Amino acid sequence: MMELTQQRYFSLVSGAVFFAFMAALPLILSNIGLDGDGRYHIGVLNDIGLYALLGLSLNIILGDAGLFSMGHGAFYAMGAYTTAMLNTKFAIPILYTLPLAGCVAAFFAFLVTMPILRLRGDYLLVVTIGIVEIVRIVLTNDVGGATGGANGIANIARPEIFGYRIITPTQFFYLIWGFVAVTVVVFYALNHSRFGRALNYVKQDELAAAGNGIDTYRYKLMAFVLGAFWAGMAGTLYASKMKFISPEAFSFSESVLLFAIVILGGAGSIPGVILGAFMLIGLPELFRELADARMMFFGLAMVLMMIFRPQGFLPTRRRRYHAKQEVGKFSCAAGSLCPLDNPVFTLDSHVPEQDLPLFDGPRPLRDTELDEKA
Amino acid sequence: MSTILSLQNLIKTFGGLMAVAGVSFDVEDHSIVGLIGPNGAGKTTVFNLITGNYRPDSGTVIFARRGITNMPTHKIVQLGIARTFQTIRLFQEMSVLENVLSGCHCRMRAGLFASMFHTPGQRKEERLAVQRAMRELAFVGLDEQYTNLAKNLSYGNQRLLEIARALATEPSFLILDEPAGGMNTQETQDLMGLIRAIRSRGITVLLIEHDMHLVMEVCEKLVVLEYGAVIAEGGPEEIKTNPQVIKAYLGAEDD
Ligand SMILES: Nc1ncnc2c1ncn2[C@@H]1O[C@H](COP(=O)(O)OP(=O)(O)OP(=O)(O)O)[C@@H](O)[C@H]1O
Ligand SMILES: [Mg+2]
Repeated sequence: MMELTQQRYFSLVSGAVFFAFMAALPLILSNIGLDGDGRYHIGVLNDIGLYALLGLSLNIILGDAGLFSMGHGAFYAMGAYTTAMLNTKFAIPILYTLPLAGCVAAFFAFLVTMPILRLRGDYLLVVTIGIVEIVRIVLTNDVGGATGGANGIANIARPEIFGYRIITPTQFFYLIWGFVAVTVVVFYALNHSRFGRALNYVKQDELAAAGNGIDTYRYKLMAFVLGAFWAGMAGTLYASKMKFISPEAFSFSESVLLFAIVILGGAGSIPGVILGAFMLIGLPELFRELADARMMFFGLAMVLMMIFRPQGFLPTRRRRYHAKQEVGKFSCAAGSLCPLDNPVFTLDSHVPEQDLPLFDGPRPLRDTELDEKA
Repeated sequence: MSTILSLQNLIKTFGGLMAVAGVSFDVEDHSIVGLIGPNGAGKTTVFNLITGNYRPDSGTVIFARRGITNMPTHKIVQLGIARTFQTIRLFQEMSVLENVLSGCHCRMRAGLFASMFHTPGQRKEERLAVQRAMRELAFVGLDEQYTNLAKNLSYGNQRLLEIARALATEPSFLILDEPAGGMNTQETQDLMGLIRAIRSRGITVLLIEHDMHLVMEVCEKLVVLEYGAVIAEGGPEEIKTNPQVIKAYLGAEDD
């Protein structure tokens, strides 16, 4: 059975409350007498949802693994264009293009990050900026003749789920936020696993991580590939929501915005990134008259945040483990606590083999188990 | 007794400086060996060559009859060599338990999908890893502190945590770089018991240490390094009276 620490219980409940509220939101918005039955508001929420998805996918790379990537828009673009081309040229239904868009973006990430992963943080940042710029320029100049150049690709179909076509903003709302919910669950699980910890070790001290048996290069690559896969799928949603895509939507400033969402919300924190998307996408809409000053607002907010709350609005919470019952169960060997004339650790004090099915890694288990006191 | 680690004519230069100038020595299985020498003699560099942090210019490292000279560090750890660092390198912002879990990582197998969906196998593995980590913490006497952040531990305890983390990789060979550095007399005394206990688990220990009392008491064999070369090798009594060693230490006015 799934054991729940208090922390996981809290995450589960707060997550459920949040998504239940989101699910009820279209209903609420259409019944409080807004212009156009709240269609505009739903549209903004859809944008927030897309950015939340992109932010969560960037968070794996930037927040969890600490890899400075300011080129996330490149992977997003790869996914959107894959969907657009497959759908308009080969009439492949949108939903079928979803995994394909993810795969193309992931493969692209694999190819372009493989040679640069050994670069130090600041150099990596510069190179990722280069990548997103190259992608945008290639798309704009219609290299290969399939991207429609600056005009982009139009007439992308709507997604269809079990014969049910997604057309209205409200329908897209449920599609996008449903996808966000699934993403949150999966990424939360990932974070509470060997994989998520490994990314954090790499972030904190790469040398120490390698020195303790972690293949740091592999995990950095996996972070990019997974983040790109998700960004590619977000691209699919975007393309079918807009019905039209062009290179402008994937400019460098989009990547900067995503970077800001993660850092401002709380690098490594799932609720933080979602809050970041609400703040950076939603707030400018609330203050429409200030919208021209949006970039200034970002800049100021970033500066103030980095000064007063560098960990973000909702920083990561430490993972908790079920380990209390293990305290005091085993004996200590350090000096005075372990009388040396009565050594606890001898070669034949091992635990029987069948108690240890776990660590049969590359090397056969040694009988070095510790003696139990209790 | 058989040889578990063998260094053969290792050379490493940094720019014009030859930090390790043809070092060869063997370490017997289940022994405690000390690598000593004045500051800057090249001891840490030798450790970094063994663990794959540096590539030697020439020479070979043989561990358990396998050449590991140009292997990446994480593979060497998987083969059974664990280490601690001279300047503490813990994951400072993470909990004590998670620091030790990093050592368990290389003995776990859950892949990306198992981690995403928390399969029953993944959950079981995770539970056992926590248990294993808690055992290693108890072994060094830190199990009660498992929720603390690593950075909040005392200096001596941080050194112990590094040892627990290294032990969690299930090594057959443990390399300690100045484990008593920054410890008080009592802590050093405890550490000596710990090192012996590690050996009695069947783990070979190779350590660098400036605390001569500890070295002479704990090690069965000593290798003395000066200017990147081995100047003496033998039991503690032998080394204590070796004129070349005395000269090296007096010359360096150290200890
Ligand atoms: N990465 C490096 N780049 C350049 N020089 C280095 C590097 N690492 C070590 N050295 C030099 O190599 C020599 C040996 O250093 P090393 O750290 O191995 O000495 P040590 O015996 O461990 O000394 P200590 O007792 O002070 O720790 C020193 O002169 C040092 O400055
Ligand atoms: Mg040193």
